[in-house]
This record gives sequence, structure tokens and C-alpha cells, in this order.
Amino acid sequence: MSGVTRKLWRFPGGIHLEGHKAISTGQPIAEAAIPKELVIPLQQHIGAAAKPLVRVGDTVLKGQMIAQAEGQVSAPLHASSSGTVIAIEERAVPHPSGLNAPCIVIETDGHDTWCELTPHPEFKQLEPQELRNLIRDAGIVGLGGAGFPSFIKLNPGGHIAIDTLLLNGAECEPYISCDDMLMRERADEVIRGARIMRHALQARKCLIGIEDNKPEAIAALRQAVTGLGEKEIEIVVVPTLYPTGGEKQLIKVVTGREVPSQGLPLEVGIVVHNVATAATVYRAIERGEPLISRIVTITGEGAGKAQNMEVRIGTPIHTLLEQSGGSRGDYQLVMGGPMMGFALNSEALPTIKTTNCLLLATEADLPPRPAASPCIRCGECARICPAQLLPQQLYWHSRAKEFDKVQDYHLFDCIECGCCAFVCPSNLPLVQFYRYAKTEIWAQEREKRAADRARERHDFRAFRKEREKEEKAAKHKARAQAVKQESSEDSKKAAIQAAMERAKAKREQNDTAPQNTDNLTPEQQKMIAEVDARRAARVETGGGKEENEER
Amino acid sequence: MLLSAIIALTALAVIFGLLLGFAAVRFRVESDPILDKVDAVLPQTQCGQCGYPGCRPYAEAIASGEADINRCPPGGETVILALADLLGVDPKPLDEEVGEEKPRTVAVIDEQVCIGCTLCIQACPVDAILGAAKQMHTVIESECTGCDLCLPPCPVDCIEMVEIKPEPVTWRWPNPADNKEEP
Repeated sequence: MSGVTRKLWRFPGGIHLEGHKAISTGQPIAEAAIPKELVIPLQQHIGAAAKPLVRVGDTVLKGQMIAQAEGQVSAPLHASSSGTVIAIEERAVPHPSGLNAPCIVIETDGHDTWCELTPHPEFKQLEPQELRNLIRDAGIVGLGGAGFPSFIKLNPGGHIAIDTLLLNGAECEPYISCDDMLMRERADEVIRGARIMRHALQARKCLIGIEDNKPEAIAALRQAVTGLGEKEIEIVVVPTLYPTGGEKQLIKVVTGREVPSQGLPLEVGIVVHNVATAATVYRAIERGEPLISRIVTITGEGAGKAQNMEVRIGTPIHTLLEQSGGSRGDYQLVMGGPMMGFALNSEALPTIKTTNCLLLATEADLPPRPAASPCIRCGECARICPAQLLPQQLYWHSRAKEFDKVQDYHLFDCIECGCCAFVCPSNLPLVQFYRYAKTEIWAQEREKRAADRARERHDFRAFRKEREKEEKAAKHKARAQAVKQESSEDSKKAAIQAAMERAKAKREQNDTAPQNTDNLTPEQQKMIAEVDARRAARVETGGGKEENEER
Repeated sequence: MLLSAIIALTALAVIFGLLLGFAAVRFRVESDPILDKVDAVLPQTQCGQCGYPGCRPYAEAIASGEADINRCPPGGETVILALADLLGVDPKPLDEEVGEEKPRTVAVIDEQVCIGCTLCIQACPVDAILGAAKQMHTVIESECTGCDLCLPPCPVDCIEMVEIKPEPVTWRWPNPADNKEEP
């Protein structure tokens, strides 16, 4: 594999940064101790927060699912060690806002007892769909930083053919070395994971992109590929340039393809996963272990002993610092790297699935930003922007709160890599403006949706009130009519009917010949005839009184 | 010469008249498009703080030039800016007469105190209160617009407006231009 040199491309812009990686790559990955308390936030991924499956007081085993995925885009959570659930409550979470969010708190028992695991060593016998479900149930999310549920990216839908699985081992941000150490020490797991993911995607080939500043990792991966006899997995060494680790940038460098604006890599037939995610997929499938730990880099001039640690999800940061020689001097705790990370305000915060690095940054690591001065329109930011945006325009429009214009300049293609702010001679906090504009736009969209729903409900209420009024009116009318009919029309009709019947009966009686007229004497016959004649005469004159009198 | 000019102009007039007549029928717009656009900008709280019985009537008043664009306290600056942009007028600060911009709230019913009178249900402009006569009432939080209209009718004062707590998911980055003496 090493004999053939692959043609590489390059993305526009980017900057050369000092790596500072050797600080933390001196020692092997250390195993972090089991903390007394694990704080596991329900939301550690992009999408909906997980829904707790346990209650306070429940005993849980290591690897047991404690919260399930809620909705399409979500990921379940697992207990990182055995113990007892002591609380499900709001706790501070590692997030730029510094806000609290619901967490499951487990008091560990120190035994670290596994629950029953179901490994699938023969993954090739599983259907891609089954593999994806297993990966979803293992709670695997992108470990590179964004935390997007991985099973979704292994589920591209039938109509899209994925030809390439691209594993991202670039790790371009300074200080961070967790992927480097993982590839050095667990290259086998990465390659085995890549094999499973390639099968799940039914991708033709798998490329692993890695920056040339990691020769040990490159050698280890090559050895693992040869050792496993994998012909379809290729290690692609790319030049070190920030931000090659960006998804779209790495695709460009390795394949030359360009992902369209606001599009996804699968539109160009590629799916990108992080190398750490691949190793976790291997553990989930072939060993049956869900995602309960990850490798975290502890580094910076402020760290007592910079190193990489295998950390259980939910371990409080201060316990990790204690195990790595404490801290030195004044430092700012940052989650992530110096370019894209964000400051944390407490060491009691837990580590989560997306905690790749804890940077104890002194002023030597992160020099304080000098006071900003006005933009001089030098255009340097546009020259180095790896997403080919116009950072200056984005800045002006974000500042002026012209959020529709800022979107016209493709704000949402900005990957917040910080190159523009890095080169800005006026020291403008450019990325802060873009982040501000993005969250404002999202908030406006949420408000718009809420307003649309309120309008709909208000309109429906108006319609309902109108309908109720009509129904009421109709009911009233019907009842009134019914009453009227009963009192007047109906009874009148009935009375007329009855009278008519009586008259008819009478008439019939009159018409009917008397019954006992068979054997009458002529005398009697004569009398009858006389009476009849008299009656006929009376009826003709219309006299009723005489008749009565006669009776 | 004169005659031909008259004939030509008359013919043109007839053709264009027909065209315009056809267009008027064919491309007829049922409702006032400006009205819908204004209505789309308003926050639909239906609170009536502007002095009109709901967002649509206020939108009608704005569209007809009867009302000013700065009378919507729930919308605040964002809505005023959007309306100014839409109508091509200068933005102005919120009219003090109608109140001030406050953080978004939702109504919460103290269910222990509620006597089940249904008065708040009748007052709610978006049917966000659930309950029946002599049954406990509750607010559907996700649908409540925070309009305050359920407060006055409640005979036992058991409804409280609670500020919506920011969550990490809905949290917004602060505006960097706000907090420093920047250019």
C-alpha cells in the first residue's frame, strides 16, 4: 500500500499552526480511576436528549442502558461503571452556556461489574441494518467533537450509493492528541472498526486520512492493515495544515471532491467518521461493549502531567486532573483545543462523549487577545478561509444584526475553525460574531415556528367559536320549532285528523243499513220509511234543535 | 397622416387596455399581500397590548397606515426592525404607552388552588389551557404564548407568569459588540 503515492488535492486557505502535541504524547494512555460519582448528562449529542430508563435508587451495572434514544436523531446512554443511581436532576454540564441540564448521577460501588454483553465476532453475517441498530443501541456518537449519532451516518438510505468511507485521523487542532495515541496503541481496533463500518455502508473502499505529523500512528495503522490483510483499506498521509480535520476539507484533500454549500458528504458519495468512532464501533460489535469511555487529552502548560487517559463518561474533570499531577499556575480550563474549544468555568463538570481534550491553558498557551480595533478591510480573512467564505461580510452583517444578509453570505457553511480571527490584524473576535449570529437565527426560527403555531391555534379558536355559535343557534332554532309544532301545527293537524275520522265513522254509520230489518212487518217498514223521510227533511232544513228535542 | 396616427394610437390603447384588463382578472390577488407579510412578522401572542384585539387586527391597522410599527411589546426591537425593513420606514423605539419588552414567559396554574371555573380557558387566545368545569386546569406549556390574558379573569389568582429558563439547546451566544468598548 505504501508503494503507491496517491494524488492529493488541497483546500483553499488554511494556516500552519504549531502543534504542541508532543507535550501529551510522551506516555502511554493511562487508565482513569473509577470516580465516586458519575454525572451523565442526558444530552451529549446532537439531537433530542435521551429519556431515562432508571429511577433513583436503582442498582445499575457497567454497560447497562440507563437512558434510551428519544426520536429519530438521538442516542442512548449507558452506565460507565456499576453502582446506584442517586439522583436524576439538573447539574452543570460542559457547555459554553455554563447552564444546567438534566443528568443521571451514579454513585459507584468500585466493583466495576459488567452487565451481560452480547458480542458479534462474526459481523459479516449481520445485515447492514442489524449493524446500524447495534451501533445505535451502543450509544455511539461522533467522537471527533460534534457528537452526531453515528448510526444515522451509517444509514444513508437506499437511493444514495456510498463508494467511500473516509476515516478522519487528521486531528489538525494543536494540543489535541487523543486520536494520535489511539491510532498508535489501538490501530488494530481502528482497522477492525473500519471493516465493520465499510460493511454497514456497503462502501467499496475505505480511506483513512492522517496528517504527516503523526509518523508513529501512520506506521501502526499500516502494520495493522497488513496484519489483518485488508486490501480495501488505505492509509492516506496528508500534509499538516489547519483545518484539514474539517470534514469537507479532508474530503477535498483526499478525494478532490467538493461537498456543495450546506450539503452533506453523502451527496458526493462519501461518509466521514472519526477514527475513535471506528474503534468504538469495533468494541460495540465484536465485544458487545457500548460507548462508556473515551480517550481524553489532558494538556497545556497548566497541566501537572500532560497525558492521554481512558476516561469513563461522566467522570468529573477534577478527578482526572488529580490523577495527572494536578495543575500549575494560573490557567483557563478549555474543553477542546485552542482554536475551536470553549472555556469551562468549573472543574466539577463531567466529561462527556464529545470531550476530546481538556486544555489547561496558561497565558503562554492562549495569549490574551489584544483589544480589538476597527476592521481595516485588509481581506486577509477571506484569503485564508478554508470554506471560501467572506468573513468580513459575515462580520459586518452579524454586527448589524442583518441576519438574512448574513445567510446570503453562507454563514451556515462556516465551520468556526477560527482561521479568520487568527490572522485578523485588528484582533476582531470574528468567530464570536458568527456564533452569535447562528444562535440568533436559530432562536428566530424557533420563534417563527412558535408564532406560526400560535396563529394557527388562534385561527382555529376563532373558527371553533364561530362554529359553536352556529351550532348553538341551530339547536335553539330546532328546539323552538319543535315546541311551536307541538303547541300549534301538530296538535291542530291531529285534531283535524281526529275530527275527520269521527265524521267518517259517523258517515259510515249513517250509510249502513240497520241490522235488524230482515223480518219486519209492513207496518214497521212503513214507520221506518216515515222516520227516514222526516229525518231527511230535517237534515235538509239544517235544523238540529228539533232533532234533539225529538230525542 | 394624422388619421393613421390616431388609428395607430387607438389600436395601441385598445390592445393595452385588453392586456391590462386580462392581467387584472388573471393575476388577481385575493388578500392584501402587505397585510400577510406584516402578520407574518408579528409574534402571534394575541395579547392585545398594542390596543388591537389580536395580531391580525394590528397587522391590518399597520397595513392601512392607521397604527405605528412600535406598539408590539412581545416582539420588541426585533419586530420593529423587521417591520421597518418591510415597510421601508425608519425604526423607532417601542412606544412606552404599550409597555416594555420583557423576557418570554409561560403561564403556570397552581393546581392546588385552582377551583376549575373555566374562566381562564375562555380567555386563552390560543386554546393552551386544558380542563373542564370543576376539574383542575393546566397550561400546555409548549403552546402558551405568555400573553397574560388568563390572569385577570382568574377569581382565585392561581396563575403565575414564569420566565422561560434558558436551556443549553436554546441558549444564545452573547453579542460580542455588546460587552466591550469596541470599534
